[in-house]
Amino acid sequence: MAKRIDVSGLTAYYGNHKAIEDISMTVEPRSVTAFIGPSGCGKSTFLRTLNRMHEVTPGGRVEGKVMLDDENLYGSGVDPVSVRRTVGMVFQRPNPFPTMSIFENVAAGLKLNGSYKKSELESVVERSLKGANLWNEVKDRLNKPGAGLSGGQQQRLCIARAIAVEPDVLLMDEPCSALDPISTLAIEDLIGELKERFTIVIVTHNMQQAARVSDRTAFFNLAGVGQPGKLIEIDETERIFSNPSVQATEDYISGRFG
Amino acid sequence: MSNATITKNETGGAPAGTSSLRQARLPRWVPPVLVVVSAAAGAGIGTAAGLGNTLQWGLIAAALFILGTYGLAAAVEGGRQAKDRLATSLVWVCFVLAVVPLVSLIWETVDRGRTVLDGYFLGHSMEGVQTILPGGGAYHAIIGTLEQVGIATLIAAPIGLLTAIYLVEYGRGRLAKAVTFFVDVMTGIPSIVAGLFILSFWIIILGFSYSGFAGAMALAILMMPVVVRSTEEMLKLVPNELREASLALGVPKWRTILKVVLPTAVGGITTGVMLAVARVAGESAPIVLLVFGAAGINNNPFDGAQSSLPYYIYEQWQLGNEASFDRAWAAALVLIAFVMILNLVARGIARWKAPKTGR
Amino acid sequence: MKTDIEPTHTPAGSPPRLRTRSTGRAGDKIFLGLSRGSGIILLVIMAAIAAFLTYRAVIAISKDEANFLTAFEWNTGTEPMRFGIAVLAYGTVISSVIAMVIAVPVAVGIALFISHYAPRRLATPVAYVIDLLAAVPSIVYGLWGALFLVPHLTGLYTWLDEYLGWTGIFSYQGGAARSLFTVGILLAIMILPIVTSVSREVFRQVPKMHEEAALALGATRWEVIRMSVLPFGRSGIISASMLGLGRALGETMAVATVLSPSYLIDASLLDPGGGTFAQNIASHFKEANDNGRDALIASGLVLFVITLLVNGAARMIIARRKEYSGAAA
Repeated sequence: MAKRIDVSGLTAYYGNHKAIEDISMTVEPRSVTAFIGPSGCGKSTFLRTLNRMHEVTPGGRVEGKVMLDDENLYGSGVDPVSVRRTVGMVFQRPNPFPTMSIFENVAAGLKLNGSYKKSELESVVERSLKGANLWNEVKDRLNKPGAGLSGGQQQRLCIARAIAVEPDVLLMDEPCSALDPISTLAIEDLIGELKERFTIVIVTHNMQQAARVSDRTAFFNLAGVGQPGKLIEIDETERIFSNPSVQATEDYISGRFG
Repeated sequence: MSNATITKNETGGAPAGTSSLRQARLPRWVPPVLVVVSAAAGAGIGTAAGLGNTLQWGLIAAALFILGTYGLAAAVEGGRQAKDRLATSLVWVCFVLAVVPLVSLIWETVDRGRTVLDGYFLGHSMEGVQTILPGGGAYHAIIGTLEQVGIATLIAAPIGLLTAIYLVEYGRGRLAKAVTFFVDVMTGIPSIVAGLFILSFWIIILGFSYSGFAGAMALAILMMPVVVRSTEEMLKLVPNELREASLALGVPKWRTILKVVLPTAVGGITTGVMLAVARVAGESAPIVLLVFGAAGINNNPFDGAQSSLPYYIYEQWQLGNEASFDRAWAAALVLIAFVMILNLVARGIARWKAPKTGR
Repeated sequence: MKTDIEPTHTPAGSPPRLRTRSTGRAGDKIFLGLSRGSGIILLVIMAAIAAFLTYRAVIAISKDEANFLTAFEWNTGTEPMRFGIAVLAYGTVISSVIAMVIAVPVAVGIALFISHYAPRRLATPVAYVIDLLAAVPSIVYGLWGALFLVPHLTGLYTWLDEYLGWTGIFSYQGGAARSLFTVGILLAIMILPIVTSVSREVFRQVPKMHEEAALALGATRWEVIRMSVLPFGRSGIISASMLGLGRALGETMAVATVLSPSYLIDASLLDPGGGTFAQNIASHFKEANDNGRDALIASGLVLFVITLLVNGAARMIIARRKEYSGAAA
């Protein structure tokens, strides 16, 4: 299950533009790692290199390596499709499949990977929805379209969809930025529970959120306009927020820029 | 540096058992090689079976390519990948399948049209020409097309423009809804039906004779909805802030529309009108019913039968001899060139004059 | 939104000073009158089309000695007239159905090719060329169909006859391939550009986030298309097909050029014969007397009604989709 991610010397491009440069870090299993930093510093781009979604963008390419336990995601012969199945992702805006019911949304990933008996599917869907703290709210309307739920419920549906395929790692790209405070709280509680089972990486704009949910925090910044984003430091969340070792981190956290 | 580590990792390799990320993949050279092999096999089977037709060779080759990719992928990569490959090869085959006839159409027209297309062809009519012999030209048809399309534009453009202005700037309530609905309906009218309408109304009931003008009216009916639709789209792109800024200065609404809204959208509107012109310039069905066709030059669109390029092509094809086929191809080339130039210029204007305020 | 741009409306009790721009108000009235008048002209034309066609059709059908809907003949030069639309209706529907069966899958394939498969450098010019091809006049397709496509299809038809002739549908007795099947193929080629460009637009509008949702679950490219692109685009594909169908049903000159007509319904699609509404009108117009023209108008009215229904259905689907995607956005 939950695996360690070990990134070394990773650089990502959009065409000729270098978006992030030479990033190395380790993400511990069964923990929450938060990425913070000003807009455009490349934290979302970096997150998307961790499940090879970056190369989906036209012109997107990556150098360096990302080890998932002892396997390089960018090694030759590695199938990006299998990578994405192993490293799940939740997006900024909830994106349930609009034409599918709640049940079908959760089962979508499983159905790709072979045929399951109906009873098997039902138990996985129930387990995943329970895992996403959504079961009680939707158990009576599993056949209704997923798009009919509230924003916060939709996001938890997307989390249920992502964990249904039992990934090793769960990436979250600002999962609460489109949600109201109460839904945000529900997702944050959920993240706390999910880290028992998954390695979680979360990008957030909200520093309080990083402080609340994460065990470790990485601060990204860019040297200037048009310069690639870089990892400034990564440390225990407590240390980053109380006593960071780099001045820029302290400036950002205390609201002096960004 | 990173490259070196990658290489190292490859050679070290992950033990086969633990790797869930690796998938057996077909080498990248397989699809192009398969294209060549199936093309060769298609031609081979075609020749062996004595099929004298390249069309069949192509179909066999396409089927071999699709089955070959699917089979190889299913054997090496597994079912999901095989389906993905199958979809990819089907999409490519669709593309080739569609490009072939369209390229052939253009090629045939250019190739066979240029044999008799010259200054003489453009400058002479069919008056006194023995249709079985080479000679003659399409001057009268070109005149007819220009006059008919010109009149149609003069009728349809103002009505279409004003209707679009009504729908965008004033339109609310039932009338606007009805107009919107019937503009959509009108878009779908077959050209022959528009021709029949003018026939029953203008020629049978009012008793006028066949003329270029009758044809022009039918063309105008076909043009109107196109002009309304494209103008509407363009007017909707004009930001409301511009209107409000002008109105806030105390400029009356009609002057706001004339001086602010229309000039902002003029590029797009011109494009729309030109595309509509290009569309009706190729219409032949109403012309057959209403203009009737003539061999000689008739410069007066309001009196007597005329010809037009599409009609001329039909007429020359019907004559059914080599000389007339040549003339038909030449006229087709002239018509395509005319329509394509209109299209290219219209799209050029659209790109050049695109409202900079838009999204 | 538009309600706040109504400055000409002044309350009755406003001071006279604000009403001095009488020229503006008169201008407004004239302009509004002109533009509303144009809209009304359009409605009048539509009403007139229906009215005049119906009027002449009623005259023709009242003189028809045969059953207008079921008769297999078209004798309008004689007294009394005997004519019916059975053959035309059959031919119109069959050739359009063949066209749809061929064109829609291929068009969806090309649209996917442009939106999801082709390298970018190829996609833009291909899309542009397909749009241009929509502008090629139908008579040119007809000429190409008659002089190039027909001779090239005889081989294929002989081959089909050899292996599928026993079905009856694909039996072929030789001779020029100027049959309903050829018409269907030609119509398919003609409606390909329009169906492609409408479908392509729809595929392009599929929100990126739906595709990424599928990708992040570990979907292959085809699975992404099946899970997010096609469901999102389904109604768009349907309405694009209906628009294409509308064109195919009403296509005149290309059919008149390619088809070798007869007033028989033959089980074989490959043998020459049959007819369509539009083709019949164009082919018989010149020789028709006054009665004959009315009879042709009557058949045109039927075509008009059919195309109205098809286009109406297409518009309804588009309208429903707008609501749906509006709610989702």
